[in-house]
Amino acid sequence: MIEVFKEAVNQFSSPVAIFTTGILLLALFVALPALMTSPLVAGAIGLLTVAFFIFGYFDPHFGEMVARPDNIPIVGLIFIFGFFTWYAMRKAVLNDALIAAGKPPKEKEESEEKVMVFPYLIYIEFVVALLYAAGLVFWSLLIKAPLEDPANPALSPNPSKAPWYFLGLQEMLVYFDPWLAGVLFPTIIIVGLCAIPYIDNDPKTSGYYCFRQRRWGITAFLGGFWLLWILLILMGTFLRGPNWNFFGPFEEWNLHKVVPLVNVNLSEYFYLKWLGIGLPKNWFLRELPGFTGLAAYFWVIPTLLEKTVFKKLQERMGTARYHILILLALLMLALPIKMYLRWAFNLKYLVAIPEFFFNI
Amino acid sequence: MITWLGFAWTVFAAATVAALSTTLRFMFPNVLFEPKTSFKIGSPDTYELGKVDTRWEDKYGVWIIRSPEGIYALSTVCTHLGCKPSWMDSEQKFKCPCHGSGFYKSGINFEGPAPRPLERFSISLADDGQILVDKSKKFQYEKGEWSNPLSLLAV
Repeated sequence: MIEVFKEAVNQFSSPVAIFTTGILLLALFVALPALMTSPLVAGAIGLLTVAFFIFGYFDPHFGEMVARPDNIPIVGLIFIFGFFTWYAMRKAVLNDALIAAGKPPKEKEESEEKVMVFPYLIYIEFVVALLYAAGLVFWSLLIKAPLEDPANPALSPNPSKAPWYFLGLQEMLVYFDPWLAGVLFPTIIIVGLCAIPYIDNDPKTSGYYCFRQRRWGITAFLGGFWLLWILLILMGTFLRGPNWNFFGPFEEWNLHKVVPLVNVNLSEYFYLKWLGIGLPKNWFLRELPGFTGLAAYFWVIPTLLEKTVFKKLQERMGTARYHILILLALLMLALPIKMYLRWAFNLKYLVAIPEFFFNI
Repeated sequence: MITWLGFAWTVFAAATVAALSTTLRFMFPNVLFEPKTSFKIGSPDTYELGKVDTRWEDKYGVWIIRSPEGIYALSTVCTHLGCKPSWMDSEQKFKCPCHGSGFYKSGINFEGPAPRPLERFSISLADDGQILVDKSKKFQYEKGEWSNPLSLLAV
């Protein structure tokens, strides 16, 4: 019975199945926030997660993964982030109900006084920082740092894993060229997060938790944070094994697991498979389908949206802010789109110019 | 007239310069690991036909492969992000542990994110009959350089 369950979990575990499940869960969460954050449902989800980890702990493979000193923070972050996501969303849902009933949000009832960031907030943050530092000291006393042998350029451990906080980037590198996943995307993530207060400078909901008035912003944030960062870290930690192959949580890491991953560039699909002619010699002509697709994605879509569904949004935000918002949103969506293209069509690169190392 | 503030700034500047100079010291390591770029690896007879020879992967960072056409030296650096793939004899492919790129015995990339084939190094026969590999000259498939006679040693 236990073996059947483990086998079923292993069979289910593929990048596409897990990522799609994540999207569906998030959609359910933002579609029915009141139900999903109710103590009963949220408590059941939390207990099921705990039960899964306790059950998994007794599996020789998964137990070793969970108890590994490297991986302890990752098991912790599931519960910490889960709790705080629930906590904020619960407060938002309760406020939404108050606002819908024509009452002011809870925070207004608690205090109408305005306080300064310094010293009130900074003071709290300082105390929390002290507590964290003390916690880290105890942690380092309890668990030995998982250090390995001195670095050797002739030896790459198999699997070679980045530190846990970079595993999201490493997972992105499976689908993208190094200069995109390693340089451009991290820069855009940081710049994009910094830009949020300038893109959305509407003060109407500041000072209290709410969801209904901030539906798109919160959904986009949860999607980017949970699916494109945390989920990728979890997959990289627990489910990537030797040769960066994908393994189920209860599957032994077999060095010789064979996974067909033969990848094909868009140019090869276009010229060889669909047109049935050879690849053009000229690289620009060869990559024209990819360039066309990218131009449509980054230029036609924003322009069309501007004229139709987002007409009001564009008027409210102004041209510059609107285009920055759409560009950031399209870049963010590009990651899952490329991942699905890889899973569905083994598509390697939309634009592949190895002549001067430019691949998208 | 020396003021206390001026003194404090001087001390601060001196400490900063001292700290930076020790950082600069790191630019000149005591031991420099620079393997020779050109080396001899024995006579062609010691390489078996159809086999990937991993004898030199740690010392020189090359795989020597003897195919029916001749002997070539492949770089052990993955063209995606520079990890060292490992030769898997049962699967007859090079497989990178970092992001799962795979390469055929010829060095051609066929799976994972690697955008181009592994590089080949200049290979020739020295006067004493040994194979001479020169890593300072590399040949890239996507630039059509594998047709260069130096990239393949006909035996």
